[in-house]
Amino acid sequence: MFDMLVAENLVDLIEEEGLRRSFSRVRAIRLRIGALGHVEPAALYSCFDEASEGSIAEGARLDLEMVPGEGWCPDCSEIVSVEKLYDGCRSCGQGHVRITAGEELRVLELEVE
Amino acid sequence: MCTMGSCRTGHNHAQFSDLAGVINFGADLADAHMPGTRAERIIRLERDILSKNGAFARANRDRLKAAGIFTLNLVSSPGSGKTSLLVRTIADLKHRFPISVIEGDQQTSNDAGRIRVAGTPAIQINTGWGCHLDAHMVGHALDHLPLNQGSLLFIENVGNLICPAAVDLGESHKVVVLSVTEGEDKPLKYPDMFAEADLMLLNKIDLLPYLDFDVRTCIQFALRVNPQIQIINVSARTGEGLPAFCHWIEWRASLMRRPAHASL
Repeated sequence: MFDMLVAENLVDLIEEEGLRRSFSRVRAIRLRIGALGHVEPAALYSCFDEASEGSIAEGARLDLEMVPGEGWCPDCSEIVSVEKLYDGCRSCGQGHVRITAGEELRVLELEVE
Repeated sequence: MCTMGSCRTGHNHAQFSDLAGVINFGADLADAHMPGTRAERIIRLERDILSKNGAFARANRDRLKAAGIFTLNLVSSPGSGKTSLLVRTIADLKHRFPISVIEGDQQTSNDAGRIRVAGTPAIQINTGWGCHLDAHMVGHALDHLPLNQGSLLFIENVGNLICPAAVDLGESHKVVVLSVTEGEDKPLKYPDMFAEADLMLLNKIDLLPYLDFDVRTCIQFALRVNPQIQIINVSARTGEGLPAFCHWIEWRASLMRRPAHASL
């Protein structure tokens, strides 16, 4: 849902790092992305193409490491897998699951020149 | 002045015109590339992609808290009646609190104009191509507002139910406005916004007799996404529900100013 927002912030962050660490071109960007709906890989790729145009990240390859959704269900007292945010627990159906993984939006590393 | 010192990146240079009270963003593109080395290398970052906004938001929140300013970030789809609601609310509260307003739109200063007619200082931020306000823009706007001790600040975000959910501005609370001319399943279609908000105002309630909108179902959907959300039915046209909204503001503002209850 936030693909353009994420792509723009990513490009800003890379531009800043480029100034700070003196690199002028980025060849690849490794991201860790949670699977719980904030970002759709296909949409992120195309938003990134648009947002990075004319920047030092233009043409860079995006490598996504996807993290599956997971949460703690206090009713079951265990970690359960979560497919969609705001859905109830998959084993007991209660809506008290606290998300523990799957919301990541992190940039891990850049391959630069 | 931008306290985070990263305006030098070339993007988001704010252009403020004192005469019009408008700040324009997104007008110029990044052009400050530094020459780098040719050798390839790996740079480890391990950072949240949205961390820059988070830092600006923390700075805004600290600044507002130090001045005892209670801040609401109003979010909704376009056309939900946020500005009309704000004009009525300001009229009801301006004798009890000093009030300032930050208006966010892609273009025009029409909304800030409507607020100023009501006698309240307002800064218009035009986001250009941006679909939401961010904490950096709001930090610039704060420089141009009278930040009186104990005042209220309303930030009317760009009409958009998606991105503003993920962008902290440093506000005390997000308030989502949903009008009954929209679908009652909006909380399910755009759950992030309803999950982030502490209060939902169900607006245009005076139109209910002419619509098939099911208030009960809508409230159930909102509570399914966010069991803690509070809900007030209002009409900016007739004034119904506005006393309850004003009470909510006074109550929450008083809690914020009592350090023992700061986390409520």
